[in-house]
Amino acid sequence: MASDSVWILGINMTKFGKHADKDTVDLASQAAMAALADAGVSMSDMGVLAAGCLMGGGGIAQQLQKQIGQTGIPAYNVSNACATGATALRVAIMSVKSGECDMGLAVGVEKLSGAGLLAGGNRKSDSPNWTPAGRYGAVAGTDGRIGTDTMPGVFAQVGMEYAHKYGGVDFDTFAKISEKNHAHSTLNPLAAYSKRFTLDEIKNDMMISYPNTRPMCSANCDGAAAAVVVSDAKLKTLSLEQQRRAVKISASILTSDPWQEACQVLPDVNTLTRRAAEQAYAQAGVGPEDLDLVELHDCFATAELVHYDNLMLCAPGEAGSFFDSGATWRDGKTPVNVSGGLQSKGHPIAATGIANIWEVCHHLRGEAGDRQIEGAKVGLAHVIGLGSACGIHILEKSAA
Amino acid sequence: MKTDRVSEQIPFVDYLQLGDHPHLVANECTSCGARYFDRRNACASCFKTEFKKVDIATAGTLKAFTIVAFAAPGIPVPFVSAIVDCDGTSVRGNLTNIEPDPEHVKLGMKVQLTTVPVGADEAGTEAINFAFEPAA
Repeated sequence: MASDSVWILGINMTKFGKHADKDTVDLASQAAMAALADAGVSMSDMGVLAAGCLMGGGGIAQQLQKQIGQTGIPAYNVSNACATGATALRVAIMSVKSGECDMGLAVGVEKLSGAGLLAGGNRKSDSPNWTPAGRYGAVAGTDGRIGTDTMPGVFAQVGMEYAHKYGGVDFDTFAKISEKNHAHSTLNPLAAYSKRFTLDEIKNDMMISYPNTRPMCSANCDGAAAAVVVSDAKLKTLSLEQQRRAVKISASILTSDPWQEACQVLPDVNTLTRRAAEQAYAQAGVGPEDLDLVELHDCFATAELVHYDNLMLCAPGEAGSFFDSGATWRDGKTPVNVSGGLQSKGHPIAATGIANIWEVCHHLRGEAGDRQIEGAKVGLAHVIGLGSACGIHILEKSAA
Repeated sequence: MKTDRVSEQIPFVDYLQLGDHPHLVANECTSCGARYFDRRNACASCFKTEFKKVDIATAGTLKAFTIVAFAAPGIPVPFVSAIVDCDGTSVRGNLTNIEPDPEHVKLGMKVQLTTVPVGADEAGTEAINFAFEPAA
């Protein structure tokens, strides 16, 4: 293989859920030290640190160093919406690829237990005098008066736009996607929620933003994930066991929104994901038909559907029938979100873009226990942060 | 608050033109035709910096919606948030004069722009917002 390949040497995610007795630095430290132990290396081997905590105050990388090792290496604090973790990983990968170092550490952490709506959660009270302000010259808050700012609402519209464009998709389709992910979560001991729901329970639960009911929304929770990456040349100097467990990063892609007409009023999560997927498949030299499992960004059930299409897991416009065929269940053609996805595993934002890679690595290493996808050799991890940023990584089992 | 003079009206956003025929006005890039409802430093599509005002069609098609049941405190729910295709220009707004349930709100339905009062400020100035309603 090309000598400029970069590998995952060690990776870890904490249990997602409530960690009342730990702060973000505790969780980040736990994941980072476990990733280093998994890799069989230490902080003194790291040439770069990239870390993110989106809702934190900033400076998580240096706060983390003070707890796990201050070695003076370059530290990057990364913030890129829900793609923060994937972006941190990419910073470490790029540092290794550039030749500046041969090993790096990426960490994502968030504490969100008990958080409500993360956007559109509050609206400023109206001022006593109507005065136009801001780029739209609005005299008061627009959320709820000119559409919705809430994420369940925005992503509901994303799914409904797909339903309008292609048909064959309705409330039941979205609810069944959630049914699948919650069923998958029952095999994941690290998931925040691992309860199976019936379709009726999902449909009749509290409506958040039609068609997304509560179980169809990603779960706010606490958690961290960390990964150690290594250059191909350095890996060859390590033990056979380290080489055997290393997972090859066949593609690492980050895209942002290209201009599209409608993206001015409704975020277009499709175009940048499709572009990232095209680039990732080309870089890895694999196609969607080669994927043994996919962890994609199901921040809401309505989002998972459109990404079947964006990642080219199905023919254009056929996400509904693709799902209905059973293809994305764990025993299907292309298992999607066997971890339970964000809807049940949980979505501690900055951790998500590394935790999904941990899940894929776990299967490629044959270490996924009860939920192992047998014989998994190639997997894809996808995240999207609104604004937007899309990160895709394609991972391959070591040949060693 | 009552005042002796006729109360003034102000558009809720500056891209809403009030008057006999209320409509939206976009900033259109003179180079590539991309349209924006907000103030732009340069065109996100072609990077040029000249814009002209263009009127947006008031009739459109509902191409996406959600019925928001859970929102920030103070925002009345449920309400319908909509994305409307107004003759090729996408517009975000609320849907009004319709029952907020999936039996009444249908993808592809024809809608038209209308205005809705938001309320008066302390000086008695009334803010007028836009929304969409089912086409007559």
